[in-house]
Amino acid sequence: MLHIINKSPLSNGAFDSCLRVADSGVILFIEDAVYAATKGTALEEKIRSLSSKFKIHVLLPDLEARGLADRIIEGITTVDYAGFVDLVAGNKNCQSWL
Amino acid sequence: MSNIKKFMFVNRKAPYGTIYALESLEVVLISAAFDQDVSLAFLDDGVYQLKKGQQTKGIATKNFSPTYRALDGYDVEKLYVEKESLEARGLSEADLLVDVIVLGSKEMGELMGQQDVVLSF
Amino acid sequence: MKIGIVINEGPYQHQASDSAYLFCKAALEKGHEIFRVFFYHDGVNNSSRLTEPPQDDRNIVARWSRLAEEHKIDLVVCVAAALRRGIKEENLAAGFRISGLGQLVEAGIQSDRLVTFGD
Repeated sequence: MLHIINKSPLSNGAFDSCLRVADSGVILFIEDAVYAATKGTALEEKIRSLSSKFKIHVLLPDLEARGLADRIIEGITTVDYAGFVDLVAGNKNCQSWL
Repeated sequence: MSNIKKFMFVNRKAPYGTIYALESLEVVLISAAFDQDVSLAFLDDGVYQLKKGQQTKGIATKNFSPTYRALDGYDVEKLYVEKESLEARGLSEADLLVDVIVLGSKEMGELMGQQDVVLSF
Repeated sequence: MKIGIVINEGPYQHQASDSAYLFCKAALEKGHEIFRVFFYHDGVNNSSRLTEPPQDDRNIVARWSRLAEEHKIDLVVCVAAALRRGIKEENLAAGFRISGLGQLVEAGIQSDRLVTFGD
């Protein structure tokens, strides 16, 4: 299952809810959620620890727009919109954690 | 031709503060006419949608909570509530205005994974 | 693959409509079919032909109209949500149509995937 997160986990609980419920799968950070994919935040350790259970992706155009494309946590895969489409097509279903 | 899909409506937002809960319920009612396998999930502040005793007179807004009780008549019977969300809000099943199935987080996650269509509001 | 799209937020206020548009374009370029784009909640405001952004900004409404024309995409605006927000046939932009919520459920049934963009 593809979990699409669009809010910054630094100020919103949607990502925490996703992690509480989901045990595995694919995560994609878009829009304001892309901050979660950057180094140096209070959440970095937590994000790194998820790599054994989840495959984490971040939408690069959203990260570039926010001036943080040079700070991606190692192990997080960047995708463009075409890659976003591939993630949707490649997973049985998807849930937007609005 | 049988084309029955598993639809899950995920409700994570409180009523009244925004319109999402009400308009989500409108989709649920319509979906009943399509003979699909429909279920509702209530997580986070979405559990407040089911709180008993809503009185909206003072905010001059329609109280739509009785509609959850009417879902049964539309053959929408699977209402799942996440246990952790209830507990985090000091609520229990007895506080809810309709019969629900309480699930732990991971059970809820498993159920979500089994869906064909997940609609979140 | 047939993909259905749901947009729950209005233009300019939230990125949802922009994200959905760029997603649709990428999906079409990859040879997927966009079965329908369904506009719900404040998303119905994406259909107003009265929208007039400043010259140097993107025209979100016109962009959807153009995509619909070029790729024969079905842009459906929820009637109940639209009427609540003052969206009617007379101020509907090209390529959009107003219809019922059944169109959203049908998009879920007919599409291989349904992706929601919202707040």
